[in-house]
Amino acid sequence: MAFNSADIGAFKDIWVFCEQRNGVLMNTDFELISEGRKLADERGSQLVGILLGHNVEGLAKELGGYGADKVIVCDDPQLEVYTTDAYTKVICDAAMDLKPEVILLGASNIGRDLGPRCAARLNTGLTADCTHLDIDMDNYVNFLETSSTLDLSNTKFDMEDVNLKMTRPAFGGHLMATIICPRFRPCMSTVRPGVMKKAPFSQEMADKCVVEAYPVTLTADDLKTEVLDVVKEAKQIVDLIGADVIVSVGRGISKDIQKGIELAGQLADAFGGGVVGGSRVTIDSGWLSADHQVGQTGKTVHPKVYVALGISGAIQHKAGMQDSELIIAVNKDETAPIFEVADYGITGDLFKVVPLMIEALTAARASK
Amino acid sequence: MRIYVCVKQVPDTSGVVAVNPDGTLNRASMQTIINPDDLIAMEQALVLKDATGCQVTAVTMGPPPAEGMLRELLAMGADDAILISAREFGGSDTFATSQIISAAINYVGLGEEDMIFCGRQAIDGDTAQVGPQIAEKLGLPQVSYAAEIVKEGNDVTVKRMLEDGYMKIKVQTPCLITCISDQDSKARYMTLSGINHCYEKPYQVLDFEALKDEPLIELDKIGLKGSPTNIFKSFTPPQKGVGVMLEGADRKTAETLAAELLKKHVI
Repeated sequence: MAFNSADIGAFKDIWVFCEQRNGVLMNTDFELISEGRKLADERGSQLVGILLGHNVEGLAKELGGYGADKVIVCDDPQLEVYTTDAYTKVICDAAMDLKPEVILLGASNIGRDLGPRCAARLNTGLTADCTHLDIDMDNYVNFLETSSTLDLSNTKFDMEDVNLKMTRPAFGGHLMATIICPRFRPCMSTVRPGVMKKAPFSQEMADKCVVEAYPVTLTADDLKTEVLDVVKEAKQIVDLIGADVIVSVGRGISKDIQKGIELAGQLADAFGGGVVGGSRVTIDSGWLSADHQVGQTGKTVHPKVYVALGISGAIQHKAGMQDSELIIAVNKDETAPIFEVADYGITGDLFKVVPLMIEALTAARASK
Repeated sequence: MRIYVCVKQVPDTSGVVAVNPDGTLNRASMQTIINPDDLIAMEQALVLKDATGCQVTAVTMGPPPAEGMLRELLAMGADDAILISAREFGGSDTFATSQIISAAINYVGLGEEDMIFCGRQAIDGDTAQVGPQIAEKLGLPQVSYAAEIVKEGNDVTVKRMLEDGYMKIKVQTPCLITCISDQDSKARYMTLSGINHCYEKPYQVLDFEALKDEPLIELDKIGLKGSPTNIFKSFTPPQKGVGVMLEGADRKTAETLAAELLKKHVI
């Protein structure tokens, strides 16, 4: 039977594309499986992971431990390293055959390459970089009540609506938009890494998870790109998403860039260890490498402590850090927008204030 | 060889962003700029033009005022420009937009040696979807997140960035590449002679009439109504409660902060 994306009654199950690199699952996979579990329960459907690679079947059960009922494994030497052509063909072939209602992908550099290509081939919509997902309308209305400024008292919602409601920041995080794809299936969404909460691992669920091989048909003609080399950069990659403490710097360090970055590192140490981040200007000016960037075009972080040094707080930056548990800001300009989201603000020269903060924090920790 | 560079005029979200009471963007109050990643795509194309003398065509879809942006790109060094503009195209999502742009490129013609460059993503929607979707509609191989592009004959080698490193990818023309900026990439400025001549260069407007019979356009899948995705709700997030501004910026201030953090078990 020909595939028809408009025949929405023919689609069921929630799929999560599980990305692996070098035979290692990505953290996003576990986040998405955990979130997918919630959606599958709301919809009363199965949660299925789809895993592509070579000799990767052994990874499948672990996905079950976070909530997958089933993992479809597409194994082929030509899937060992990601290529747009091969991955798109294998996923679309499987999706046209098995007709999932929802496909979630991590919004990684690979997910955001693969997602749009698949959506275009499947003749359906795709919503990029989502930060919140609902199927159940009750849950969605609750979400709006706590996370929006909308007055819902006069709004009528269709409580039977079962479209996937995909919420994402737009315009640098200044607006939130909930997107639906009502006339076509699957509903597709890439999901921002680090946002969805990973569920606790359950060995019992892992044991119950069904692992199913799915046949791969790829010919040389399907592959129009050739990966000559995959290089892991030797430099240490900053783990902004996993960090409990992030001390970020902005334009305010311009008079002594090296010193500013050094102070940020020392302040992170005074908190008991953390990493240094930066606003867009620090990356665009080449003061810090791109993996340090916090913000709409960088990483979204919610550490326990976020310290902003000499960052004015453009919308673009706030979008990436305003959900941190505790925010401390130091800025010379008392009207800087960063103070609007800060729990504690200090108006002053960071080069003078930060050494005092380091001393005071170190002393306070020692006194415990 | 011809390189089509897809560009978008966007509101400058790094500046002041004004929101209407109903939660929509107050575009009238905002500056528009050329999307930053698209400028890098244009620069990459102009570097290849410097080396090979190829033709560089700027393409955009948008309202008539987008002409100003195209004239700037002609002044930077593009050879010709295409504005795709029609009421019927307004409100298109990425799927619909990619249909229209691929139909326009097909209409103008894509040769065996040609390439399409896009910016990785636009700062208004941040979707990064239109590039790959144009590639799919035109049946072209794609390479996204490209930091370096080297072309020898019909072979193109691209450094494609990953979060933890990069891939070297070889692909043949015709192909589509989406470009990212790195620390060293800067787009060139308009030149004085470029500005003087930007109104003399070929400039084409493609409207609904021109494209409606193109096979790549499905008329029920364009514009606001036809787009597969729709906005269900848009809203502004609530402001966080106001925090505490500590007094002074001296040793006592730092000690007050440390005491607060200790009390809250943060340290």
